[in-house]
Amino acid sequence: MDAQLSLTVDGTVHSLTVDTRTTLLDALRERLGVISPKKGCDHGQCGSCTVLLDGRRHLTCLALAVAYDGAEIVTADGLAADGLHPVQQAFLDQDGYQCGYCTPGQVCSAVGMLDELKEGHPSHVTEDLVGEIEPSEVEVRERMSGNLCRCGAYPGILAAVCEAARG
Amino acid sequence: MTEQATRPVEARAIGSHHDRVDGPEKVTGRAAYAVEHGEADGVIDPLHVWLVQSTVAKGRVTRVDSAASLAHPGVVAVLDHTNAPRLDDTDNGELAILQDDRVGFRGQIVALVLAETPEAAREGAALVAVGYDQEPHEAELRVDNATYRPDQVNPAMETDTDEGDVDAALASADVVVDQDYRTAYEHNNPLEPHATLAWWGQEGDREVLSMFDSTQGVHGVVQALAPMLGLQPEQVRVRAPYVGGGFGSKGEAHSHVMAAALAARTTHGRPVKLAVTRQQMFALTGYRTATISHVRLGAAADGTLVAIEHAVQEQTSVVREFAEQTAAPTRMMYAAPNRRTSHRLARLDVAVPSWMRAPGEMPGMFAHEVAMDELAVACGVDPIVLRERNEPDIDPESGKPFHQRRLVECLHRGADRFGWEDRPPEPRTTADGDWWVGTGVASATYPAMRSPGNAARVLALGKGRYAVSIGAVDIGTGARTVLTQIAADALDVSPAAIDLAIADTRLPAASVAGGSSGTSSWGTAIVAAAQRFRADHGPSPDAGVETTASAADNPAEEEFAFHSFGAVFAEARVNRWTGEVRVPRLLGVYSVGRVINPMTAHSQLVGGLVMGLSAALFETSYRDARFGHVVTQDLATYHVASHADVLDVDAEWLEESDQVFTPAGGRGIGEIGIVGTAAAVANAAFHATGTRVRSIPITAGELLD
Ligand code: FES
Ligand code: FES
Repeated sequence: MDAQLSLTVDGTVHSLTVDTRTTLLDALRERLGVISPKKGCDHGQCGSCTVLLDGRRHLTCLALAVAYDGAEIVTADGLAADGLHPVQQAFLDQDGYQCGYCTPGQVCSAVGMLDELKEGHPSHVTEDLVGEIEPSEVEVRERMSGNLCRCGAYPGILAAVCEAARG
Repeated sequence: MTEQATRPVEARAIGSHHDRVDGPEKVTGRAAYAVEHGEADGVIDPLHVWLVQSTVAKGRVTRVDSAASLAHPGVVAVLDHTNAPRLDDTDNGELAILQDDRVGFRGQIVALVLAETPEAAREGAALVAVGYDQEPHEAELRVDNATYRPDQVNPAMETDTDEGDVDAALASADVVVDQDYRTAYEHNNPLEPHATLAWWGQEGDREVLSMFDSTQGVHGVVQALAPMLGLQPEQVRVRAPYVGGGFGSKGEAHSHVMAAALAARTTHGRPVKLAVTRQQMFALTGYRTATISHVRLGAAADGTLVAIEHAVQEQTSVVREFAEQTAAPTRMMYAAPNRRTSHRLARLDVAVPSWMRAPGEMPGMFAHEVAMDELAVACGVDPIVLRERNEPDIDPESGKPFHQRRLVECLHRGADRFGWEDRPPEPRTTADGDWWVGTGVASATYPAMRSPGNAARVLALGKGRYAVSIGAVDIGTGARTVLTQIAADALDVSPAAIDLAIADTRLPAASVAGGSSGTSSWGTAIVAAAQRFRADHGPSPDAGVETTASAADNPAEEEFAFHSFGAVFAEARVNRWTGEVRVPRLLGVYSVGRVINPMTAHSQLVGGLVMGLSAALFETSYRDARFGHVVTQDLATYHVASHADVLDVDAEWLEESDQVFTPAGGRGIGEIGIVGTAAAVANAAFHATGTRVRSIPITAGELLD
């Protein structure tokens, strides 16, 4: 069965017809040729397909495209529309990657996560549920744990996210 | 092509920090990996291929009913052993898919579905009904069935060695450690699943197969596939501009690459896209065998070794043999007049094992280095002193002098930085709240290797710029950056003056990105071509002149044994109530020759340490022997280290340069970080708790009282 929908991806509006079995990730990669979100597992287990969906980090492999008519999606590519985003620059400065396959997902996840921190969303390791939350290493590690990096660039990623958090 | 003896390169760009040349592409996701290539690269309107895998471990396919699949909208074709294109050569049992009705392991490819969309291909694959005549299978590695002696072990080492009289020495030794050590089945799990884009076309009067493949070696893919497909090597072109990790699993072509080639053979030029799923990777793209190491160490009361025995049991596949060289490091690590090593395999009806980061050294050094810790405890000697006491004067294996064996310096430098001096000698003496705290050390080693079969081309572009090309692949290591630095210094120009082209079989041949040999092999070919170019064309060449050359053999390899060394220090905290293990500190200190780029090198070494930590605590592919497949076949059940598991992990190195080994002075760094790391963690867990764990992954239950 096919369905009609419209998606705004990195500022461009797309109208497309998708098979209702199509994930948001496949709609982006296979239909729209948007390759920034990567497919590491297709099961919500690695984070490489993370984008910002209506402003929040989201796993596109665990979403059926048909359920997201009208959504606004920003990928790591879109974050760099006007030059590299500070988080991306921090990944370069701190060498937070090797092969680069997890990287766009890590970047989007970090951008979304830093907003969650600012908004005061607590995590499993947050001690004080009321006050402002510091972007400490413990918080960042915990909140980024949905994004696997098999190259093991975690120390660089952590340094990059902490650098970006300091602004 | 010219062969050129190389001279040492003066270090200007090499040895110093250079940003990765492909950084912006990676942080934005613009870098295109194998199946992400599209119209810009001539890939128009591809078909999608989905694999159908056997559901029995052994037997024959009696029936492939594709009617329902072909009736599904979008499905274009179903290929099985009755209608797939024939291969000229079927000796490689892993790659010779769909040529007969035999099933050799569960998960083997038995059919391919081609469809207009990935959704239709996947559904179509589910609709193919395959009948089997099942036969009894053997899929469990046991001490009593691992008795087959292979002719050699990977890559071409002796299966067994025996020197002196091990039994007599053990019988009269003051102290004997006699234990079994086990490592789990592990899957490489690069984050980019294996994937291939393939299409057949015509160039002049010849057919040409073109591929974008997620591989560690483009030329290796051609060498494996071309003869099987009845093609000349020039008729296959493979490119791999970006590869999302490999760790050995993309070192050789696996069966999905042949599946893509065969599928594309039937589409009259239309490209096919084949993306292996994470789950399928657990049967099709290689893995590390589980290992059982029977180790006996005999020593004098002060810990001086008199005998070392390391008898390994592990598995291979009946479909294709791969024998991991688990006892290889035991042959050269420490001095001992009596030494015996052996490898015995169980030949099982299981998926084909292959390379995984530091094959041999990783499981072998886990066993040997935990055994050394046990010996230190038995003798009441500090583990670092024990290792110093057993330093060999020459390589015990080859009898040649080592060139730069600086293990002891690594141990000392790490000890200083880690605060080893304050370590209480007794285990289970430090508690912090609910946590037992301990520290451990292990040695690391990896051979320095330069592979044959490399050449490079230097072309003058004019205005002081040069195009340098070699078919090497950057799987995330930083090869693109590091080879640019080496080319710049070899030509005596700035890195900005180099246009480097890699990862295409139309470029001069390159060996695989494996065995920590990439930078040594490719870099030396580039130096050879650059030095030859300068000799032929001088310092101000005309635009358009070029030289292709390969490096002559290095005569010093006859004279010396070249190995890298390292020392790994770990702190472990073990929760006294739950047995949970945390590793707050992990430090590796290495002697690896010259570090060409400190930034990319640090990342490689830390990445190896992280993978070693992951192996120590999490990774295990659980095989259900009743059915022959791996049950933990995804990233939710096959655990790898995540952000929250990786605390203070750091690596450093001794300042040195090994220009006897390579003109740029490096010895290779890709694997050594994983070697010894699991042993250091296990030794630290022992020091924390007093409980000795002799298998990885270390699980909580083993550490509870
Ligand atoms: S591809 Fe979506 S989480 Fe792995
Ligand atoms: S950079 Fe390779 S998986 Fe993270």
